[in-house]
Amino acid sequence: MIKKPKYVDESKCTGCTTCVEYCPVKYPDQFNQELSQNKAIHIYFAQAIPLATYIDESCLYLKEKKCSICQAVCKTGAIDFNQTPERVEVNVGAIVLSPGFEPFDPKLRNDYGYGKFENVVTSLDYERLLSPSGAYEGEILRASDKKHPHKIAWIQCVGSRQVNPEGGNSYCSAVCCTYAQKQVILTKEHDAEVECTIFHNDIRSYNKDFERFYQRTETLPGVRFIRSYVSIGKEIPESKNVTIRYSTPEDGVKEEEFDMVVLSVGLNPPAEAKSLATKFGIELNSHGFCKTIPSNPMEATRPGIFVSGAFQGPSDIPESVYTASGAGSQCGELLDYRRGKLSQERIYPPERDVSQEEPKIGVFVCHCGANISRIVSVPSTVEYALSLPNVVYAQEQLFSCATNSAKEISDMVKEKGLNRLVIAACSPRTLEPLFRDTLREAGINQYYLDMANIREHCSWVHAKEKEEATQKAKDIIRMSVARACHLDPLQDFELQVNKTALVVGGGLAGLTSALSVAKQGHEVYLVEKDTDLGGMARRIHYTLEGLDVQAYLRDVIRQVYQHPLIHVYTDAAITETDGYVGNFVTKVKSEGRVAEIKHGAAILATGAEVYQPTEYLYGEDDRVMTHLELEEQIAKGDERLLTSESLVMIQCVGCRNEDRNYCSRICCSESIKNSLKLKELNPQMDVYILFRDMRTYGFKEDYYREAASKDVRFIRYEPQDKPQVEAVEEEGRPVLRVTVTDPILGKKLEIDAEALVLAAALIPSAGSQEAAKLFNLTNNADGFFKEAHVKLRPVEFAVDGVYLCGMAHYPKFISETVSQAYGAAGRAITLLSHETVLASGSVCVVNESNCISCGACITACTYGAIQFHDTPQGRKAGINPALCKGDGLCNTKCPTGAISLKHFTDQELLSQIDAASGL
Amino acid sequence: MCSGRVDLSFVLRAFSNGMDGVFIGGCRYNECNFGTHGNYHALNMVLLCQKIMEHLGLNPERLRIETMSAGDGTLFAEVMNEFGKKVKELGPLGKGEGIDEKALKSKLEAVTNLVPYIRLVERERLRVPVKSEEEILNFFTSVEFNRLFDETVGEKLAISQIISLLQEGPLTTGEIAKLIGLTPSEVSRHLNSSSRQRFVRYDEGRKCYALA
Repeated sequence: MIKKPKYVDESKCTGCTTCVEYCPVKYPDQFNQELSQNKAIHIYFAQAIPLATYIDESCLYLKEKKCSICQAVCKTGAIDFNQTPERVEVNVGAIVLSPGFEPFDPKLRNDYGYGKFENVVTSLDYERLLSPSGAYEGEILRASDKKHPHKIAWIQCVGSRQVNPEGGNSYCSAVCCTYAQKQVILTKEHDAEVECTIFHNDIRSYNKDFERFYQRTETLPGVRFIRSYVSIGKEIPESKNVTIRYSTPEDGVKEEEFDMVVLSVGLNPPAEAKSLATKFGIELNSHGFCKTIPSNPMEATRPGIFVSGAFQGPSDIPESVYTASGAGSQCGELLDYRRGKLSQERIYPPERDVSQEEPKIGVFVCHCGANISRIVSVPSTVEYALSLPNVVYAQEQLFSCATNSAKEISDMVKEKGLNRLVIAACSPRTLEPLFRDTLREAGINQYYLDMANIREHCSWVHAKEKEEATQKAKDIIRMSVARACHLDPLQDFELQVNKTALVVGGGLAGLTSALSVAKQGHEVYLVEKDTDLGGMARRIHYTLEGLDVQAYLRDVIRQVYQHPLIHVYTDAAITETDGYVGNFVTKVKSEGRVAEIKHGAAILATGAEVYQPTEYLYGEDDRVMTHLELEEQIAKGDERLLTSESLVMIQCVGCRNEDRNYCSRICCSESIKNSLKLKELNPQMDVYILFRDMRTYGFKEDYYREAASKDVRFIRYEPQDKPQVEAVEEEGRPVLRVTVTDPILGKKLEIDAEALVLAAALIPSAGSQEAAKLFNLTNNADGFFKEAHVKLRPVEFAVDGVYLCGMAHYPKFISETVSQAYGAAGRAITLLSHETVLASGSVCVVNESNCISCGACITACTYGAIQFHDTPQGRKAGINPALCKGDGLCNTKCPTGAISLKHFTDQELLSQIDAASGL
Repeated sequence: MCSGRVDLSFVLRAFSNGMDGVFIGGCRYNECNFGTHGNYHALNMVLLCQKIMEHLGLNPERLRIETMSAGDGTLFAEVMNEFGKKVKELGPLGKGEGIDEKALKSKLEAVTNLVPYIRLVERERLRVPVKSEEEILNFFTSVEFNRLFDETVGEKLAISQIISLLQEGPLTTGEIAKLIGLTPSEVSRHLNSSSRQRFVRYDEGRKCYALA
């Protein structure tokens, strides 16, 4: 590997950005889509890790050896122009490729006047306009006149779903429908008066909760969704507005003027895909993304090389997160024997017990380079701090976070016998862990720390009011000192971790997770309610991509049964579960016996069920079947079915309606899959698909096009004008007559079919509901599992140590299920591979003599961390510190003040309020 | 710690300390970091506290809650500037409302003493179980809420204020009514029930009420 020089020593750079201010070179900001200027030395973006500057090729010194102002102003001596490219060699056992994607560039094909008309921007440009850290600090402004646009149009599918893919892509980019809706919502939040218009093809809200999101956008005042192909008309010379031509069935072709046009650009393969493929010896697919094996979308064509994120193909954030975790788990399968070999344990000096001492507070005030000190008079705050009660020592520091400063702090703590620390610097969010560590190094309990935020809360926001800012900094320090006096030493909890995993559900998701966890050396108990393993996958025979599902499933089940660490319980039910992260106890009833399983983690893969339709003669006429039943009949080679002259499929049966306000995600592609199979077996058959929006997202779009080219007829219907079905005789032949309005011809169409296939919704399983109750979990409005964070923690529950995957989360394809199952296994392994798990010491505690057992705290706690227990004085509330997350809600509910959140006690907080009031 | 940890007693302490305004910032609704959605509890508390302030004759606009994310710097600055301006307009606490210092102190003391009771009532009768900003706002502006409030906190607050006034010395019904801003008939209703419970007694000789 070649490591490019940054010309900044990261270990010395504190990220104060003084150098950026003094750098004379202005340069288009790459992160802000070149919409604004940055400097030759800069931090790539505000949340970059490491938060350090680097110098790019626009630097005057690098070009002509002129200027080295940054070197002169850097107080830590971090600038190093002598850095050269570094060659790094590492030996590895597995590789994960995550190069992401490249946004489609509409300039290449001269699409929609981008690059020519100033007020035509891409969705990524627009994203940077919306962002508070973006080009105009969160103001949406037009490039031409820096004025707010009042009428904005979005054009969907730019570079995606192209019939003639020359320079563009044939696939669907999968994320643009929803990101455009997000942009509309954010735009309306910026300015409710803006008129927003989205020109679209199908609206593909196929993901969890996306249908509701779409409805929310659609019902905002001043928002129009128009289904139409469009072309750019002209730029109006005076106003620089842009016109768009489109057509609607009602009004025909129209031309309309907009202040700004946003192009919803698609996702291209990463620019370096080809060279990566050559270097790593892997293959790319026909679209230039990484080719993966059909049963595992994270495995490249060369063993030991895995991919995560959009290199597999267009994917959204949750998918990128769980494929990352899943790729990690598969690396673990290969490298488990070396786990922990590179890590080192920190050894801290023993803690001095200072709880009986008078508070002796040390105050360290940070200049943060010039970030604080150019506004706040640091020396006067130090002087002031020394005048406060219990403060025995105070000093200023250039950068409190620098390595030598941390050493200075811990030395002073020892020298002056300090037992409390106040650091007046930045937000605790960034550096509290560092200063806690500093205290531990000094042999003092880490909770004896309070951070006074005089940067974000003071110097940064009061740049023009130096005197008042100094006074405010003093106030903030006084509040911190007041609180520090009342701080108590706390110990974090080390909870032992039982190394065993419980997997609930023996479908493909559960099987995959169980195998991956077991392959990393952990015992697994796999519990299945049915008599056989396999779940829903037993009813699937082939995939669009050509996987032989039954052969694959048989192989996975064989591996599970043969693995010595996996114990399978079929015909089983969970009767009880108790405990917390690392230490669960679950009772499983199977074959008349009850087994008690102790486990550290649980993965819930309880699947989904198929809706049993009550509409379209289902259950009354045996020629009406669900898509799953059709697949079974095709696999059996049912003669009557395969010789049909005509077959109709109806999409969205039982969902995208009032009862189930979500899209079942997979049915469009399932119907395409089955129609292609039918056309393959009987090319003469007339196949009709009656749909609302075809949601063949990602690469599945290719198969949609293939079906259309094989004369599968697609007819769009509106939800208020659903198809009608009746069984009739036509010329002595019994047929199912399907009547539907053809939107193109604008009249009713009658199709006489021999078979009717309903794309029935997928609904949450009964097993998921039970599991949710047992493990104290929540479901979303549709009854699917609710993850800890939709985007960032997609396979975890809010309850620690419990993970989810598969269709219990939401309907999904086999490949997606496999990804998520590996992802859940990866998260579970992260827990199980440790001996102990650390829980914060800042948890609640009950003073039993004040507890009147009213239960107010218990009803307030969402974590189930508080329970009654019997004491000689009667029933009292008790806290399970392993479950308490320290939100402190219960404190405000207790009528007797018996319950108290440590580190945020009433006394600590009231002392701060008093200090703020100058008392 | 969550915005739901901000206790009624914290807000009261700030006002008792002479602060002219209190601002509470929380996460955006439905974007809770904990998953507990304590910000709705904070909203509940603020609306209840505003009602109490109104009852005491204090301007409820001195207390404000806003929810925003870490990326909402501009919004935060806007809100704080606006709130700062508002509080300045309202003037010093009490003075702005025309309440004298002593009366203000006794009013705030009376509510602070009632905090445990308010918590009980809040749980039993004034909590909106639905996590929806709209529903919570609707409830706190409803006739139903006003009735419940008057029956519970309002009633206790009046009695508590009367008792703390009487601690300073005996007063007539008219004097009490003037000091706490109720009608003489309301005051006499509270005095009657308090005499029955033997909290206060009527001093026939001096024609006024005193602590029992």
